Amino acid sequence: MKYLQLVWSAMFRRKTRTVFTLLSVLAAFLLFGLLDSVRSAFANAASSVAGVDRLVTVSKISFTMSLPKSLLSGIAALPGVAKVTYANWFGGIYQDPKNFFANEAVADNFFDLYPEWQLSQAERTAFRTTRTGAVVGESLAKKYNWKLGDKIPLQATIFPQKNGGNAWTFDLVGIYRVSNPKQKNQESILFFNWDYFDEARAFGNGNVGWYITQVSDRKLAQQVADAIDALSANSDHETKTQTEQAFNAAFVSQYGDIGLIVGAIMGAVFFTLILLTGNTMAQAVRERVPELAVLKTIGFSNHSVLALLLAESVLLIVFGGAIGLLLAGVVVDAVRAAVGETVPMTRVGAAIWLRGVGLMVLIGLIVGALPARRGMRLRIVDALAGR
Amino acid sequence: MSALVEIRNLSKIYERGKQKIEVLHHVQLDIEAGDFMALMGPSGSGKTTLLNLIGGLDSPTDGSITIGGQRIDRLSESALAKWRSSHVGFVFQFYNLLPMLSARRNVELPLLLTRLSAAQRKRNAAVALQLVGLADRAAHKPGELSGGQQQRVAIARAIVSDPTLLVCDEPTGDLDRQSAAEVLTLLQQLNRDHGKTIIMVTHDPKAAEFAKHTLQLDKGSLVASAQAAPA
Ligand SMILES: Nc1ncnc2c1ncn2[C@@H]1O[C@H](COP(=O)(O)OP(=O)(O)OP(=O)(O)O)[C@@H](O)[C@H]1O
Ligand SMILES: [Mg+2]
Repeated sequence: MKYLQLVWSAMFRRKTRTVFTLLSVLAAFLLFGLLDSVRSAFANAASSVAGVDRLVTVSKISFTMSLPKSLLSGIAALPGVAKVTYANWFGGIYQDPKNFFANEAVADNFFDLYPEWQLSQAERTAFRTTRTGAVVGESLAKKYNWKLGDKIPLQATIFPQKNGGNAWTFDLVGIYRVSNPKQKNQESILFFNWDYFDEARAFGNGNVGWYITQVSDRKLAQQVADAIDALSANSDHETKTQTEQAFNAAFVSQYGDIGLIVGAIMGAVFFTLILLTGNTMAQAVRERVPELAVLKTIGFSNHSVLALLLAESVLLIVFGGAIGLLLAGVVVDAVRAAVGETVPMTRVGAAIWLRGVGLMVLIGLIVGALPARRGMRLRIVDALAGR
Repeated sequence: MSALVEIRNLSKIYERGKQKIEVLHHVQLDIEAGDFMALMGPSGSGKTTLLNLIGGLDSPTDGSITIGGQRIDRLSESALAKWRSSHVGFVFQFYNLLPMLSARRNVELPLLLTRLSAAQRKRNAAVALQLVGLADRAAHKPGELSGGQQQRVAIARAIVSDPTLLVCDEPTGDLDRQSAAEVLTLLQQLNRDHGKTIIMVTHDPKAAEFAKHTLQLDKGSLVASAQAAPA
């Protein structure tokens, strides 16, 4: 690229101004990297679950309200239902509130509905037959260095025991693996027996948090969902049934529409960036009119002048933006190392870089368009005469 | 034998709103290959306009300009740009070097448009700088050079792609006597030893003495042509 030197030197014609412009580009893309990492984490969480043939039934009023266990036999009897199970959110804490991971009480057939998780037959049986048994994902086990046979104490935040105590202790009888790398976040859950939970808890007995139904044919999903909801129509516990995938997406949206928020923030940031760098580029071209006239005099065509100026503004944004994204990567890695994998931030990988660089080039072209057009249209004789 | 530059019935009219200003009236002019021509005349007489037309920086309203057998008044803007890059070198009053580039990089600029390799470009630029006596200043930026030195760099840039024609618009207009004399001697040498045809606009009769011929332009018409004393 023999023109690179020309473009590069033009960029640093006013060092201080260029450095300040680069800093604002850097800051904008640092922010972009961080926010897009958070947004990707939520987007992955919503779409990583295969579960299109699994339905989730929750209370229509709020997914935190429980449902009567008596619904179970009704759901199981519906045509198109292959298997049904149920679960309860427990919300226990392991040693320190910072150690957040999901923990749920589940029916003994729960794992039958998740054949994509690898759990040996012996471990499945152990879970069924051990009253205080618990099963955790491999990532979670690795994080806390748990081995089969370990006792895992959880501090209840919602459900005390009948004796008033908050301490629940479980025996680790199984560790499951999720092979799909996109679903690795599902390895960070602790499951324990719903029967033990229901017998020992102080209140809420006989109610379940939600039902999970596997349909015999995914084409029947909507039909079965409607039939399940019809069971409780006009009762005091009306239900809402969706595919697991839709449920997860809805769960995520409880945190607000992350995508929309991120989009709005980045829109405002990039708008400001475009005004700012647009002004810089306009100034840069204005004060370079005689130089551009010389290039044309020498034989540079109007289009090569246009290309040179566009290249300059794209280079400016890509240069500052790349440093910003690199920094974002460092920050995200540091946060993940400090807080752990459960933090909702994906690594700044190829996908974020691709979006980032795409944005940089686009913004560079937008910012450079008007000044470059001005440079292209410059008439040599007028420019040389200072007109 | 036909002249290198043949100008026939050349007119240039600028329109400012409804007002038409005829800057050049039916100019007829032949410039032989190897000539060194000084173009003089009062301010506003059209010297720069004529020079820009000959250099292919602007198009005439009427008439023809033939250079080396080619009608340049008929070329499109992009074809004209291409023609300029290989046939004309320009020297301006205010040097017009790119301030961020070293002398060598400035001289190399016209070569970026050629197929030459980086090494060849570097070598040709070095030769051109040698010719103007600034080989030892190749790495200096324009801001680190005197006015006379900057103008010599500009001359090196004008000759680096070996054009037949050099057009110079008041090349010594911004220089002191001493530097002006150096620049004019250099132009004379390029004309005599390297066969460059030179057209130079100047206000300074002393500068015109370095040329072989002098043309007078007045209100857009050539009025007289005088033979300068051979140097
Ligand atoms: N683009 C233009 N639009 C309108 N008028 C113009 C334009 N260019 C030149 N002129 C007019 O044409 C006339 C001749 O200008 P030109 O620059 O050729 O003069 P000059 O002989 O070079 O003068 P000087 O010695 O001051 O450089 C002037 O009156 C000038 O105002
Ligand atoms: Mg002039």
